[in-house]
Amino acid sequence: MKSSKTPGFETRMIHAGAQPEPVTGARQTPIFQNTSYVFHDADHAASLFNLQTFGFIYSRLTNPTVAALEERLASLEGGRGSTCCASGHAAQMLVFFALMGPGDRFIASNRLYGGSITQFGKTFQKFDWQVDFVDVDDPETVRQALTPKTKAIFVESLANPGGVVSDLEALAEVAGEAGVPLVVDNTMATPYLCQPFDWGADLVVHSTTKFLSGNGTSMGGAVVDSGRFDWSASDRFPGLAAPEPAYHGLSFYETFGDMAFTMQAHAVGLRDLGATMAPMNAFQTLLGCETLSLRMERHCTNAKAVAEFLEGHPAVDWVSSAALPSSPYHGPAQKYLPRGAGSVFTFGVKGGYEAGVKVVEACELFSHLANIGDTRSLILHPASTTHRQLTEEQRQAAGAGPEVVRLSIGLETVEDLLADLDQALTTD
Amino acid sequence: MSALPSYSNKDLLAILQGTRTIAMVGASPKWNRPSFFAMKYLQEKGYRVIPVNPGAAGTEILGETVYASLAEIPGRFEMVDIFRNSAAAGPITEEAIAVAGEKGIKVIWMQLGVINVEAAAKAEAAGLTVVMDRCPKIEFGRLHSELSWGGFNSGIISAKRRRVRLS
Repeated sequence: MKSSKTPGFETRMIHAGAQPEPVTGARQTPIFQNTSYVFHDADHAASLFNLQTFGFIYSRLTNPTVAALEERLASLEGGRGSTCCASGHAAQMLVFFALMGPGDRFIASNRLYGGSITQFGKTFQKFDWQVDFVDVDDPETVRQALTPKTKAIFVESLANPGGVVSDLEALAEVAGEAGVPLVVDNTMATPYLCQPFDWGADLVVHSTTKFLSGNGTSMGGAVVDSGRFDWSASDRFPGLAAPEPAYHGLSFYETFGDMAFTMQAHAVGLRDLGATMAPMNAFQTLLGCETLSLRMERHCTNAKAVAEFLEGHPAVDWVSSAALPSSPYHGPAQKYLPRGAGSVFTFGVKGGYEAGVKVVEACELFSHLANIGDTRSLILHPASTTHRQLTEEQRQAAGAGPEVVRLSIGLETVEDLLADLDQALTTD
Repeated sequence: MSALPSYSNKDLLAILQGTRTIAMVGASPKWNRPSFFAMKYLQEKGYRVIPVNPGAAGTEILGETVYASLAEIPGRFEMVDIFRNSAAAGPITEEAIAVAGEKGIKVIWMQLGVINVEAAAKAEAAGLTVVMDRCPKIEFGRLHSELSWGGFNSGIISAKRRRVRLS
């Protein structure tokens, strides 16, 4: 028997998870704005509650519109399954809720998005989940930070905001030797620019709020599981491999094999943490996915042009974009992000904190706000906003020092973007 | 997921549509075991599933009498679904080949994680179709869009509207 050929990325970003709705023939995925689903009979209800059959019970766990997005993201990442949720932060919560118990640890890059550093370093401590932030550029540093309690290694494929590219292949090797999953936040790259599972990652998380939805309309998050991690190889992942008391002693890994993580994330994670994605948001994000490749190509070419312009500008001290040959991450970007280095990067303006604030406030076309991955170009001064909760040392490590300005380059006419930045940099 | 073996959606669908009765070797009477999940699901989809389990012979699982061996099952069945480990799949396949003509067996299906290349070669030489390292419940659900409800990657891309009718 011959295997079925996998269709191309662009075909999957339009069609994966979204066959015509069988009852009505509706071609676009309908918004199933309902909370609950009728059972055939008591036995059918029992089968659903026991996880013995596929189907819907209650939209906190699963919903047809959200499921269409989940399958699409799983397909685009080349994974087995995916779990969508209310935000990128909720996705991170679902991952660590499945992996961690009180007293457990995980290793994370010290150059993550500031909101993730706060979630991991402060809020997770309330569950006694401990994080070790390290410089992940050197795999040896990561290896030395491993402890018997370590349950995961967490990095961003393309870090927010600093133009830092993680060496996923080397980190996957460290994680594999340690018997822990490599978790990669692929938000900034999207599956169009980077495919973490091809380099050995085990789980991918997204803030779908960013490039996947694309228009700055819809909050959302997702965890995609590769289906390749053996949760039963050690006794370190009881949430996935040990009998689950809330399901009468069922073991997710034994019962569902490579589907275990996604089953657990819905049936325990979403059920009990409740951070469900709204069906309307899933619909908006499905629309975004349909044009992902086209948008990412233009995001990347516009961003590269802006980065080159700023690098030659007299008011600019430095530019940190992996699209530029001057970046130490230019080589890794060509390996891991061959179609483009994304559209979010930072630059340092001459004159420090005051000058940074002034540039942000002087822009007319760039929107001053705390988001990335919009069709509109966005500008932000991280030290006074997203990275404000961090210590000065953490801000420096995260590439968010006082003079740093973050850009998320949109899809406007590039000459208009250059003109706006030029006037903002030269205005007195 | 195991890189080998791989099967086309068309072939798997033809197997599932061409089957009405399945002998499930290793069926468990415990309600929270994976085999029980699969048996219950396949029954609900309209298959008759006959449990084979020497330790439970003579008892009933989900309304069906349990038999000690394939040879003891009265009547015919098109598929043998092996819910045992890869080594045990060898002798079970040999037993299936021995009674294939009498029982009407056409397909040997080995469950997720069960791979026995030698047994598969013997079965294919005897004219049987072999599927390894797959679950008929998961494949049925995948090919009929039910797996997608749980957020799983079905690998199926189609702009065709599914028909809802007796066929």
